[in-house]
Amino acid sequence: MAETVFAPWTDPQQKPLIQFKGVTKRFGDFIAIDNLSQDIYAQEFFALLGPSGCGKTTMMRMLAGFEAPTEGQILIAGQDVARVPPNKRAVNMMFQSYALFPHLTVWDNIAFGLRREGKSKAEIEPRVAEMLRLTRLERFARRKPHQISGGQRQRVALARSLAKAPKLLLLDEPLGALDAKLRQQTQFELMDIQEKTGTTFVIVTHDQEEAMTVASRVAVMDEGRIIQVATPPEIYEQPNSVYVADFIGDVNIIEGVAHPQADGYDILWVEGRQPLHAKSTRSFSNGQRCFLAMRPEKVAIGTEEPETRNKVKGRIIDIAYLGNLSTYHVEVPGGRIIKAQTANTRRLSRRTLTWEDEVWLSWTETAAVMLEE
Amino acid sequence: MKRFSAFNVVSLTLGFAFLYLPMIILVIYSFNDSKLVTVWAGFSTRWYGELLQNEAFLDAAWVTIRVAVASSTIATVLGTMAAYVLVRAGRFHGRTLFSGMIYAPLVMPEVITGLSLLLLFIGIGLDRGIVTIILAHTTFSMCYVSVVVSSRLVSFDRSLEEAALDLGCTPFAAFRLVTLPIIAPAVISGWLLAFTLSLDDLVIASFTAGPSATTLPIKIFSAVRLGVSPEINALSTIMIGIVTVGVITASLVSKRASVKQQAEEQAAVRAT
Ligand SMILES: Nc1ncnc2c1ncn2[C@@H]1O[C@H](COP(=O)(O)OP(=O)(O)OP(=O)(O)O)[C@@H](O)[C@H]1O
Ligand SMILES: [Mg+2]
Repeated sequence: MAETVFAPWTDPQQKPLIQFKGVTKRFGDFIAIDNLSQDIYAQEFFALLGPSGCGKTTMMRMLAGFEAPTEGQILIAGQDVARVPPNKRAVNMMFQSYALFPHLTVWDNIAFGLRREGKSKAEIEPRVAEMLRLTRLERFARRKPHQISGGQRQRVALARSLAKAPKLLLLDEPLGALDAKLRQQTQFELMDIQEKTGTTFVIVTHDQEEAMTVASRVAVMDEGRIIQVATPPEIYEQPNSVYVADFIGDVNIIEGVAHPQADGYDILWVEGRQPLHAKSTRSFSNGQRCFLAMRPEKVAIGTEEPETRNKVKGRIIDIAYLGNLSTYHVEVPGGRIIKAQTANTRRLSRRTLTWEDEVWLSWTETAAVMLEE
Repeated sequence: MKRFSAFNVVSLTLGFAFLYLPMIILVIYSFNDSKLVTVWAGFSTRWYGELLQNEAFLDAAWVTIRVAVASSTIATVLGTMAAYVLVRAGRFHGRTLFSGMIYAPLVMPEVITGLSLLLLFIGIGLDRGIVTIILAHTTFSMCYVSVVVSSRLVSFDRSLEEAALDLGCTPFAAFRLVTLPIIAPAVISGWLLAFTLSLDDLVIASFTAGPSATTLPIKIFSAVRLGVSPEINALSTIMIGIVTVGVITASLVSKRASVKQQAEEQAAVRAT
C-alpha cells in the first residue's frame, strides 16, 4: 500500500497555516528577528533549532500575540493577526519559564483554560484527568507548583497548554527538564496527539535528536534569521551551509580548493597530497574555495590501505566511547583532525584499534557535501 | 562572644524605655481609680465604663471608624490601580514624572495637604463633614498603598499574566484571577496601613472636619486642652490596642507572604 508522504510545502496548491512575511522585530537597536519570511503548514510539526538568543522565543511570542512585529506581517489561516489580542487567538503556548500559576493547584492550573471557555464541570473533569494521565501527574494533582519537582512542573506547563486542544500549539523547550526515558515517551505522546488531533506544532528545542525524531521540518536559526528549513534527513544529509552542518550533529569540515573534473570535483586540501574527490549538486568554478562536510559515521577506519579514491593515513589520538558507538579522533597530515565513527558491534576486548595506531581513513565520493561557506 | 554584654542590655533597655514608657504610664493610669490623673488610688476600670456613657466620644469613635474603613478601602482600590498602571504600562512619556508625583504627598507636610484640601472643599462648595474627611484621608493614604503595592508588582513575573491571556482571559480577567490573588498580601497590608493612618490622623482631619462630624483624635486633642482626664487615658489605651493589632496583623500578613513567596521563588530557581 502506497502511503502518501506528508509534504504540503512541496505542493503549491496548499495554503500555509502560518505565514511570516518579511517580519523584523527590534528591541531598541537590537534586531531580534531579521526580515524573516517563512510558511508553516497545517498539521506540521515544525521544530526551531538554534543557539541561545537567536530569536526562537521571540518568534513564538509574536505568534502568540505578546510581541508585535516591528515590520512585516504575520498571517494565521490567511488572516493578518496584528490586531488580534492573545486571548482571541486559537493558539496556546507553553512558556520556556513554565509560568505556572503559583496560587493554584496542578489540577486548577490545567483546568484554567477550559474554565475560561465556560466549559461545564462534566466536560472539564475528564479532560483534566486525561491530561494528568498523559503527563503522569495523577499523584500530584492537589499540589501547588512549588511543591513539585522541576520536571514535574514542566509537565504541568505542557499539560496546561495541551488541555484546550488548540489548532496551533507553541512549545518552547517542552521537554528539557525531563530524563531521557520520560522525554522519549513524551515525544511519542506528542506525535501521537499530533496524529490524532491534527494539531499544528511549533516546537523549540535544544536537543537535535528530539528535533529529528518529532519534526516534519526543522528550521535552523542564527541571529534572527532562518538559515535552512528542511526535513530531518535533508537537513542532516544536505546542509546548505557550514553553519547548519556544524550545528546539526557531528561533522568534519575540510577546507580546500575545487577543480571541476568530468565526474565531479577534485579538492586540493593539503599542498602536495593527492586531492580528494567528491560529487556535488552545486556547481563550483575552477579554483573556488570550498568546504567539504562529512559525517563521522560515513568515514571508514581500518588498518589496511583501502581501494577507494578518498583515503588518508593518520594516527589515532583520541577515542570517545559512547556505548553503542565509538568516535576515533585521527590526526592526518597537516595537523588536521578527522573524526571517524564506528558501531560497537563487538565486545570491548575484541576490538583492535587503540591509541597511537596508524590507520587509514576512507570515504566514498558521495559521502561528503561540498559547501560554499 | 557573649551576645548580651552589659552595654547591650543597658542600651536596649534605655531605647525601649524611651519608646514605650510614656505609653505604659498612660495605660497604667487608665486603670487608676482616682479622678486626679497624677495620684494613684488603686485599680479600677470605672473610666472605661464611663467612657461608654459618653455620647460625644462614642459619636467621634463611630465617625473615625467609618472614615477609616471607607477611606482605606477607596485608597486601596485607587492606589492599586495607580501602582498597576505605573508598573505595567511600560515606558510612556512622563512616566517618571507620574511616579514621582504619586510619591510626592508622602513627603508633603500634613498642614499643607490639609490646607490645600480645605481650600479645595471651600472652592467647590462642599460642606465639611464625614465626606470631606473621607476624601482627604483617601488622598493622602492612597500614595502609601501604591508604594506598597508597586513594590510587590515590580517583582511580579509578567509571564503569568501572559499565560492567563494565552489561555483565554481578557486582560481584566487575568488581573482578577491571576495578578490580584498573587499580590493580595501586599494589597491587604496596604489597606491596613491606610486604615491605621486614617485612625491616627489629627492634622488633616482638623482641617477637613466640620461641626457635623469630628474624629476621635480631634476630640481627644480638644479635650486634653481643658485638662487631662482619666477617661481620655482609657480611650487612648483602646486606640493603642487597635493600632497595635492593626500593625501587627499587617506585618504578619506581609511577612508570611514574603516567606511563602521566597519559598516559591527558590523552588522556581531550582527548576531552571
Ligand atoms: N523584551 C526584550 N527586550 C530586549 N531584548 C530582548 C527582549 N526579548 C528578547 N530580547 C533579545 O532578543 C534575542 C532573542 O531572544 P529570544 O528569547 O527569542 O532567544 P531564544 O532563541 O529563545 O534563546 P534561548 O534558546 O536562550 O531561549 C536575545 O538576544 C534577547 O536578548
Ligand atoms: Mg527561548
